[in-house]
Amino acid sequence: MSEVMVKKKNNTVNKASKREENSFGLQKEKANHIIEVNDLNLWYGSDQALYEVNMDVPEKQVTAIIGPSGCGKSTFLKTLNRMVEMVPVVKTSGSIKYRDQEIFNRKYKQEYLRTKVGMVFQKPNPFPKSVYDNVAYGPRIHGIKKKEILDQIVEKSLKGAAIWDELKDRLHENAYGLSGGQQQRVCIARALAVEPDVILMDEPTSALDPISTAKVEELVQELKEKYSIIIVTHNMQQAARISDKTAFFLNGELIEFADTDHLFQNPQDKRTEDYITGRFG
Amino acid sequence: MDKSLQSEGKSFNVQQMIESNKKKTSIGEKIERIIPTLLFLCAAVSVVTTVGILFTFLRESIGFFSDVSIIDFYTGSQWSPWSGEFGVAPLIGGTLLITLIATIVAVPLGLMSAIFLSEYASDKARRVIKPVLEVLAGIPTVVYGYFALTFVTPMFQFFLPDLGIFNALSGGFVVGIMILPMVASLSEDAMNSVPNALREAAYGLGSTKLEVVVKVVLPAAFSGIVASIVLAISRAIGETMIVTIAAGATPNLTLNPTESIQTMTAFIVQAATGDTSFGSTIYYSLYAVGMTLFVFTLVMNLIAQYISRKFREEY
Amino acid sequence: MLGQKERHIKKRMEGRVIINRLMMVLFGVATAIGLIFLVLLFYRVLTQGIGYLNWDYLSNFPAPYPEEAGIYAGLIGSIMLMVIVAIFSVMVGVGSAIYLEEYAPKNRMTEFIRINIQNLAGVPSIVFGLLGLTFFVYLFSFGYTLIAGGLTMALLILPVIIVAAQEAVRSVPAEMKEASYGMGATKWQTISRVILPAAVPGILTGTIIALSRAIGETAPLIIVGAAAAIYTLPESLLAKYTVMPIQIYNWTSRPAEEWQFVAGAGIIVLLVVLLLMNSIAVWIRNKYQHRL
Repeated sequence: MSEVMVKKKNNTVNKASKREENSFGLQKEKANHIIEVNDLNLWYGSDQALYEVNMDVPEKQVTAIIGPSGCGKSTFLKTLNRMVEMVPVVKTSGSIKYRDQEIFNRKYKQEYLRTKVGMVFQKPNPFPKSVYDNVAYGPRIHGIKKKEILDQIVEKSLKGAAIWDELKDRLHENAYGLSGGQQQRVCIARALAVEPDVILMDEPTSALDPISTAKVEELVQELKEKYSIIIVTHNMQQAARISDKTAFFLNGELIEFADTDHLFQNPQDKRTEDYITGRFG
Repeated sequence: MDKSLQSEGKSFNVQQMIESNKKKTSIGEKIERIIPTLLFLCAAVSVVTTVGILFTFLRESIGFFSDVSIIDFYTGSQWSPWSGEFGVAPLIGGTLLITLIATIVAVPLGLMSAIFLSEYASDKARRVIKPVLEVLAGIPTVVYGYFALTFVTPMFQFFLPDLGIFNALSGGFVVGIMILPMVASLSEDAMNSVPNALREAAYGLGSTKLEVVVKVVLPAAFSGIVASIVLAISRAIGETMIVTIAAGATPNLTLNPTESIQTMTAFIVQAATGDTSFGSTIYYSLYAVGMTLFVFTLVMNLIAQYISRKFREEY
Repeated sequence: MLGQKERHIKKRMEGRVIINRLMMVLFGVATAIGLIFLVLLFYRVLTQGIGYLNWDYLSNFPAPYPEEAGIYAGLIGSIMLMVIVAIFSVMVGVGSAIYLEEYAPKNRMTEFIRINIQNLAGVPSIVFGLLGLTFFVYLFSFGYTLIAGGLTMALLILPVIIVAAQEAVRSVPAEMKEASYGMGATKWQTISRVILPAAVPGILTGTIIALSRAIGETAPLIIVGAAAAIYTLPESLLAKYTVMPIQIYNWTSRPAEEWQFVAGAGIIVLLVVLLLMNSIAVWIRNKYQHRL
C-alpha cells in the first residue's frame, strides 16, 4: 500500500514526457523491463494497424492497454506473443525484445516464446475436454507426461487461478459445463500451468457478469506477485482499478504510456484526456 | 497465497522441465516437417484418381480405336458389338431418351415440390417433408431397378397393354423419381436464399403468393434452379442399375418410350458381366463408351458449377 | 363509371386469389407424389420380400432354388467390403481435409485439388468401376477380389468423405485453435490434440453417410467382378466375394417370379442395414451438435 502511495507522489510530481518519466521515478522497474518494444509497425495486407509503437513493459506489474475499439490494442497484445501472425497477410517491422532477446529473430521459436508469454482470451475458450485435461494441456504438449507431476501442476495452477476449491471435486467433468466465469478462470489456470513469465489478457472480462469480473480482477492482483501481466480492456474503470501502468492507444498509435494514476488524473495529451473523460469512445 | 502452494512451487519448476524436454522435441520437429508432406500425398490421391481415369480411358480407347475407326464409332447407327458393328449412336440415343423421360418427370414435380416447401408449407411441415423426400435419394439404385421392373412396368402395362417387360418408359420414369429429390432439395435451397425483403416488397403491392413466386422468387433463384436441374440430368445420364434392370438390352435408336433400349451404362454392365475376354475389341469398347459417358457428365457438371458460381456472386 | 372500375378490379382480384389457391393445391399434390412413390416402394418391397425373410435366409449361401437361397454371403461380404472402404477412405479423406483446411497454401495447385474433388464427386459410379478394372484388377493384378472392390469403392466415396471432413474441421472454433497455439503448441499438436478430437463427430457422421451410399452401390462392383455365386466367405483380401446389391441384382434379373420374392427379402435386409447406419449417424450428430 505504501509503495502505491510513493508511486502516486512521484507521478504527480513528474509531468515530463513518458520516456523520461520512466527513468525518473521508477528506476527499480527500469532495470526490469521484461518486454521492450521499439518502433513497431504492423500491416494487415496494405492497411497499417500499428504506427511506430515504443513501449517498455515492467516486470511483475499489471500494465493496462486502453483505447477505443479498432485502435490496435488487441493487435498490439497479440504481437507480443506473435499470435497476430496467425493472420497470413500480417507484416511487421521494428523490434520486440523479451528479456533482451529479439522475438522476431528467425531463430527464435514462436512455440518457445508462447510458453514464456502466455495468453488469456476475450471469450473463455476451454477445450471440450475435462477441467483436468484443459489445465494439463500445456505441460503435456511440452512433454511432461508423469501423472504425479501433472496432478501437482493441475492443483497448483487451479489454486493459482483461485478456482481449486470450487472445482477440486469436478476435475474430470467437461469444462463446457462450467459457468462463463469459471471457464475463464480455468483458462487462466491453463495459462498458468506452464509457469509463464508474462500473461497477456485480451479483454478477459468482457464476456463475464459483474461478480465473475470482480473475481477475475481480484485474481489479477494476486497474480502480479509472480507474473508480469498485460491486460487489454475496454473498461477504463477496470484499468484504473487493477493496473499499475496504463497505455492509451488511438488509431494504431501509442498516445500515452504512464503510471495509471498519473494517466487518469493528469493526462499529458489532449486526446487521452478527451478519451478518459468520455468525449469519444 | 497459502504456504503449502509455495512449498510445492519449490519442489519442481515446470519451465525447467519443459527446457529439459527440449532434446526430445527434435523428433517432434521431424514429425512437424513430415506431416504436411504426408497430408499432401493424401490430397494428391484424388488428383491421381482423376489422372487414373483419364489414363484408363485414353489408353484403352486407343486400343479400341485402332480396331474400329473413331469416325465409324461416332457416326455409325448400328450397335451390335458381337457382330462387329460399333456405331455408338443407339447407346447415346438410349441414354438421352432415358434422360429426357426422367427430366420430364423430375423437373416439374421437383420444382413444384420446391415451391411448395419453400413458399407454402409451414416451417414444421417443411422440416418433416424435406428429409423424408431426401430418403428417396438415399435408396440404392438396384432397389429402384427392382421397383421399376416388378411394380412400375406392370402398372404402366395396365394402361398400355402392349408395353413390353423391358422399356424405356418405366426405366426413365423411375430414374426421374430417383433424381426428383435432387431437383427439389437444391431448388428449395436456392429459393430459400432469396432475401425476404424481395418477397415483402411484392406482397406490399398486393400480390398473391403465386404472383410473388412467379415474378419474384423464381427469377431470383433462377440460376440455382438451373444448376440443380443440370446436376440432376448429369446423375440421370450416369445412372446404371435402374436402366440395366428395367430398360432392356436392345441398342435401339428410337424416340418411342415404349420400346426396349440400351443406354451407355447398361452396355458397360452387359459387356462386363458377359463373356468378354480381356484385350478383345468388345473389352476395349467398354472404355470408348465409358469415355463418351464421362465426357457427357463432365460437361454437365462443369456447366452446373459455372452456373452456381455465378449464382453465388449475386448475393 | 368509377364503381364499374372498382367492380372490375374486385372481380380480377377474386380470380387471382382462386388461381393462387388452385396452384397451391397443385404444388402440394406434386410434393405428395414423391412421397407416395416412397411409400409405394417400401410397401412393395415389404409385401414381396417379407415372406422369404427368415433365419435360414440370413444364414444361407446363394442357391439354385429360391427356397434355399440366402443373403449370408452378401451380408458378410458387404460388411467386409465396408471395413476395407472405411479404413482406406477415412485415412486418405481426413488427411486430405486437414491438408486443404490447415496446410494448403493459397495457390493454383490447391485450387486445382479443390475443383478436382468437386468434379470427382460428379463422376458416375460406373466410371470408377472401369478405373478399378484397369488398375486394381489388371495392372495391379488383384483380379476379381475383395481388395480390388474395396479400393474401387474407397475412391468412389473419397470425395464425399473429404468434403464432410473439411466441413467438420472448419467448424472447430478459431478460439480453440488460438488457445492451443497460445500455449506454445505446434501446428501438428494443435491439429492432433484439439482440432481432430473436436471434429470426430462430424467426420464420423459424414463417413457413415458416405458408407451407406457405398453399401448400396452395385454398378462399379459388377465391373470389378464381384461374383454372384459365392459359396464360402472370403478368407483373405485376395479372395472372391459378393455383396448384397449384387445378389439382389442377380435375383431380380431371373425370370421366375419366386426370385423376385427372394430379391425383395434381400432388399429388406439391405434397407434395414441402411436404416441402422443412418440412425447411428443422426444419433452421433444430435449427441455432439450442442457441444460446439
